[in-house]
Amino acid sequence: MAFYQAARWQKAISLALLVAALALPSVLTAFGQEFYIGFATRVLIFALAASSLNLVLGFGGMVSLGHAAFLGAGAYVAAICQQAGINEALIAFPAAMLVAGLFALGVGAISLRTRGVYFIMITLAFAQMAYYLFVSARSWGGDDGLSLSSRMTLAGFSLSEDSALFFAALAALTATMVLFGRLADARFGRTLQAIRENETRTEALGYPVFRYRLVAFALGGAFAGLAGALLANLTGLASPNLLQWTQSGTLLVMVIIGGVGYLYGGVVGAVVLLMLEESLVGVTEHWHIVLGLLLLGVVLFAPKGVAALFGKKHG
Amino acid sequence: MAEALLDVRQLSRRFAAVDALKAVNFSVAAGEVHALIGPNGAGKTTFIHHVSGALQPDSGSVHFAGRDVTRLAMHERVRVGMARSYQITNVFLGLSALDNVALAVQGRADAGSSFRFWRPVRQEAALFAEAQDYLVQVGLGNKAGSLAGQLSHGEQRALELAMALATKPQLLLLDEPMAGTGPEESARMVELIEQLARHVTILLVEHDMDAVFRLADRISVLVNGELICTGTPEEVKNDAGVRRAYLGDHL
Repeated sequence: MAFYQAARWQKAISLALLVAALALPSVLTAFGQEFYIGFATRVLIFALAASSLNLVLGFGGMVSLGHAAFLGAGAYVAAICQQAGINEALIAFPAAMLVAGLFALGVGAISLRTRGVYFIMITLAFAQMAYYLFVSARSWGGDDGLSLSSRMTLAGFSLSEDSALFFAALAALTATMVLFGRLADARFGRTLQAIRENETRTEALGYPVFRYRLVAFALGGAFAGLAGALLANLTGLASPNLLQWTQSGTLLVMVIIGGVGYLYGGVVGAVVLLMLEESLVGVTEHWHIVLGLLLLGVVLFAPKGVAALFGKKHG
Repeated sequence: MAEALLDVRQLSRRFAAVDALKAVNFSVAAGEVHALIGPNGAGKTTFIHHVSGALQPDSGSVHFAGRDVTRLAMHERVRVGMARSYQITNVFLGLSALDNVALAVQGRADAGSSFRFWRPVRQEAALFAEAQDYLVQVGLGNKAGSLAGQLSHGEQRALELAMALATKPQLLLLDEPMAGTGPEESARMVELIEQLARHVTILLVEHDMDAVFRLADRISVLVNGELICTGTPEEVKNDAGVRRAYLGDHL
């Protein structure tokens, strides 16, 4: 593998998609399909969460099976903020990122001393510990979770309209993708990818490998926390289920379907998976079978993920 | 003798039932080319791993430029001026030769922090200009754009050397730089090391005796984890113990 390189039309395509997304709420409203604005918001939020995992997994080479813990932590921070009377997203969302990021920093500081399957297991263990912590936390609703009485405000504007939350999620995702895109080409991203390719060699060039990995892991956690805070606003609930390992598994599947180590891998994966779920769930309750087949198909025919079909990563 | 740049004292390491290194005392003087030779399995690569910081000794210490570096991690030792090449070619095969060396330049303390998240590395012309200089120095000036994985074995060995050089070391640890190269490539590598030796102290582990005797100011002989002799090439050649243990009659 080489350093990440944007595919040729990537910038143009993503700008076109951004414009399309900006128009989406009014188009859906015009056709009387407002219901789908909420669904589209969910897709954007999971695209953000999956992208944050892709930073850790795809660029950092760290197979974390506990990423949902940071998503859940962000959701709880939003709910707890509201409980404490803070209803402004400009305070609650950064707080969610900070808490989730610090949580990831702690988990990473311990987990990153291990490698391979041990790393997978220890991240899983931390996430499950967090899950049981929230399940048993009575003051935060135990296994019922903590609900939000209403959506927050963003810089004074209410997010209670579905389209308002949609635009907030779109802004968060766009900013994140711009940042991740810059980061991948910057010194930090190159170092991270070099570590992924050959850890020993990178250390033998004088790089403190552990520190780079840890920072990437914490950044991934922080952006998952942002996704969590948005998700709590969308669903009106911070539930322990968000921290479950199955949720971490879903994020992993999104990244794998989309394309590990491709900038838009997480976005593509979230879109594909959630649209599939949405369209099949009405047809059959056994939609997971189709998902399984899709995963098989991706592994067999597009092992680098769907994003890889649109452009090469290598220079 | 000039002041020792590298000073290894009573270094011991045991792997299960094997004493890989037995109280090795070893020093490299500033400016010299010091070769470490010994039969296969003598512990040469293990020794290099301990000097570079990839492995920790059971007992003993490693001093570099007057400082005890025994507890420093590998990356910290690189930062104080020790660089190594690998016996088995260890470069980033998916990257161009230039990117490989640029990564080494970028890792240096004087190149600034690599915790930079915004500016594309592509725009850092100085980084690549310097990397190109190192490529020229090892004779790969016209291979900058080639993927490392597509270079010949000898070119990859040279690339490895360029990466080590780009860390601006005071001491270069070369672990069998001639390993697997043909006679022509070996000759080129010997010339290259000769040139480098004018600016940097070298600890050379090598099996190619012609190269060793041509390059080394001093030679140490490691047999079964024990350092049995250190001296000038002439002294080592004539040492009865060395002849018995290792060199046999080829000299």
